[in-house]
Amino acid sequence: MIRLEKRPAPSRAWGVAAPLLAVTLTMAAGAGLFALLGTDPLAAIRTIFWDPLFNEQFASYSRPQLLVKAGPLILIAIGLSLGFRAGVWNIGAEGQYIMGAVAGAGVALAFYPLEAWFIFPLMVIAGGLGGWAWAMIPAILKTRFRTNEILVSLLLVYVAEQVLASMSLGLMRNPEGGGFPGSRNLQQYPAAANPERIAGTGMHWGVVTALIAVIATYVLLHRHMLGFQIRLAGQSPRAARFAGVDPNRLVVICLGTSGALAGLAGLFEVAGPAGQVSIDFNVGYGFTAIIVAFLGRLHPVGILLAGLLMALTYIGGELAQFMLGLPAAAIQAFQGMLLFFLLGVDVLSNFRIRLGRREVA
Amino acid sequence: MTALLKVQGLTKAYPGVVANDDVSFEIAEGEVHALLGENGAGKSTLVKMIYGLVTPDAGHMTLRGAPYAPAEPRAARAAGVAMVFQHFSLFDALSVAENIALGMENPPPLRQLAQQIRSVSETYGLPLAPDRLVGDLSAGERQRVEILRCLLQDPRLLIMDEPTSVLTPQEVQILFATLRKLAAEGTAILYISHKLEEIRTLCDRATILRRGRVVDSCNPREKTAAELAEMMVGTRLATPQRTDRPAGDVVLQVTSLDRPSPNPFGTSLRNISFSLRAGEVLGIGGVAGNGQDELLAALSGEAPARSDAVLLKGQPIGALGPSQRRRIAVLAAPEERLGHAAAPDMSLTENALLTAAIREGLAARGFLKWPAARAFAERVIETFDVRTPGPGNAARSLSGGNLQKFVIGREVLQRPEVLVVNQPTWGVDASAAAAIRQALLDLTAEGTAVIVISQDLDELMEISDRFAALNEGRLSPPRPTAGLTLEEIGLMMGGAHDMEVADVDR
Repeated sequence: MIRLEKRPAPSRAWGVAAPLLAVTLTMAAGAGLFALLGTDPLAAIRTIFWDPLFNEQFASYSRPQLLVKAGPLILIAIGLSLGFRAGVWNIGAEGQYIMGAVAGAGVALAFYPLEAWFIFPLMVIAGGLGGWAWAMIPAILKTRFRTNEILVSLLLVYVAEQVLASMSLGLMRNPEGGGFPGSRNLQQYPAAANPERIAGTGMHWGVVTALIAVIATYVLLHRHMLGFQIRLAGQSPRAARFAGVDPNRLVVICLGTSGALAGLAGLFEVAGPAGQVSIDFNVGYGFTAIIVAFLGRLHPVGILLAGLLMALTYIGGELAQFMLGLPAAAIQAFQGMLLFFLLGVDVLSNFRIRLGRREVA
Repeated sequence: MTALLKVQGLTKAYPGVVANDDVSFEIAEGEVHALLGENGAGKSTLVKMIYGLVTPDAGHMTLRGAPYAPAEPRAARAAGVAMVFQHFSLFDALSVAENIALGMENPPPLRQLAQQIRSVSETYGLPLAPDRLVGDLSAGERQRVEILRCLLQDPRLLIMDEPTSVLTPQEVQILFATLRKLAAEGTAILYISHKLEEIRTLCDRATILRRGRVVDSCNPREKTAAELAEMMVGTRLATPQRTDRPAGDVVLQVTSLDRPSPNPFGTSLRNISFSLRAGEVLGIGGVAGNGQDELLAALSGEAPARSDAVLLKGQPIGALGPSQRRRIAVLAAPEERLGHAAAPDMSLTENALLTAAIREGLAARGFLKWPAARAFAERVIETFDVRTPGPGNAARSLSGGNLQKFVIGREVLQRPEVLVVNQPTWGVDASAAAAIRQALLDLTAEGTAVIVISQDLDELMEISDRFAALNEGRLSPPRPTAGLTLEEIGLMMGGAHDMEVADVDR
């Protein structure tokens, strides 16, 4: 008989080992899945995890892609992790990402074609504010009217998508674009562009911001009273109130911060890799970041690593699609398995497994 | 009298602890037998084995001469063993009769059952209308439902686990009359308690457990409460010492404090007024659920009220939150240790930070001073003899008593001007409880005003200068403790909660 026994204190060792074990289990189960699809499982795993980084033929293209994809994931996930730790569930980062991009791009397009040093910083501020404002809607509704922030933030994603479509078809459409939807390409507008800073690395301002956010969040959570209150409120809401934490204030701070960081991610994306506001601008970073946040244990360093890993499965997955002909659905299932196994293995950090009958002490 | 139940060599071990070690004793028919012991002495495990909830590792039992090894409570009930638990398992939305029917193997039709309930409740002096909703009943009446449920099975042995913890003294008298009548008819009663005076008035024999072993047995009527306590604890207990000193100036003044309950199952505070002097202990008694948690929340600042409802040395503080009250040295320790007074998964250092950050200067401009927090946690651990490997351990890894010492010590060491504690020694062993009470009294010697909210009347009589009782969210006017009789206290607590004391024909 297998029994689960609650540990007196959460195991630190398992806290670190569980994500690694989950990755290993995902590789094993994924290999099985790919074998059933008639692909050589070892080749598939190698294509996903190894080739993007070290294959001579692809690495020069895909290595910079790693940071390009990981940057927004990490930036959004860091913001979300604050709320998740406090028990504030922002599921709508995708919408805040869109609104940040729209607001930032709006500033750029308003100044076009002026070349001035202040345009990009102004866009950054607008991007952060756009995401922040979009997140304030669920925050205010929750603190004033006790609505559920999960529902409100999630549904606002679809509103944001409509705003995005309207912008790319109407107000922000490129007047010289021959009637096609989508704005001017900001990559071709130097004052507003967010180009690669170091050639061949994929490092742009968004990646830099993500790294700063990782460090700042680490300091906040481990050295600052606000971080302590965030952790306390998530673990034990009643003890937090006893400690003098105002739950409404935390809701506003957590939703605001995650919204602003998601907005920044959107701005850096629209001014950099994506280049323009278009109907299909958002590709799901806001949702994938939820997985990244949990895969990284809501810990800043963990999120950094999880973001890189998740970006790798994206790039490797695309590679596997056109190299090995694996269906896109199989790659998505593979990514889903990662979260599935992580949550499953998670049990081990709070429980230990006992085999056999309960022994007499 | 012949032995009804014989327990021989019962042993039960859990990982890391032997709950019962070779326990043997006998209960005669018609005997009221007390199981006496501190928290964790193994009383609960023992009765769970008798009731079939736990299977013993070794040993055996005989019931009326026949081997008795119930595999589950149903088997125990079939053999004539019934149990009333400390925590009730009743559905608020169902009537008394429906609740009782739910617990029966083959319930008769409701109308017939109601008839039975009426007749049994009259016979035993437990007035109870079968068609009332359980949600409308007081704690004492709910307990009657549980007892009636047992009596309808016509048990030979009735086990009662801490039955008086939710009763007023008047309700206790009704219960005792019922139990005596049952015993006179030949039903044996196994009575679990650590209230010594009750055991002395009610029980014929007492078996004393300490750390899972039977250490003694006696006729409790021939012993004093102090002797029983010594048998239970194993050492002589120091009674808290207090130095008499004239009461100081009024520190805290509460005037018509009202606070509607935020949820329908809570208790609203109604028109609470009292004043508290420096160096004084105000004891607040009352049956659980009559506004204790709510009063603590109003005084700690978790549930702020009208600004001038609470005055500290004349300054209105009623609207201040917990942090602002800590800044002016109004501190509190709630009843619920895990999840309210302390965060279970956080370390003791982090839990020290939880309330002490402001007064102990554990943060500077928002940045935490971990070494200072650790040092403060260590000071609490050392001063209050908290048994733990160190301040890095999670709060939930501590035993209840040790965590309680930490939670109280954390506030005491912050030099409070006013300290409010709720159930400060609940679930704490006797020597630790004595230490906590002594610490509270020592605080008053330095001029701190202390409010002790507790359901343990003995504790309140021991340490408080004045006594008041909470009843349905109202506070009775405080009266000096010296000279108060149990009768008067019971009336302050709401008497038998408007229930007539039934006649029990003897």
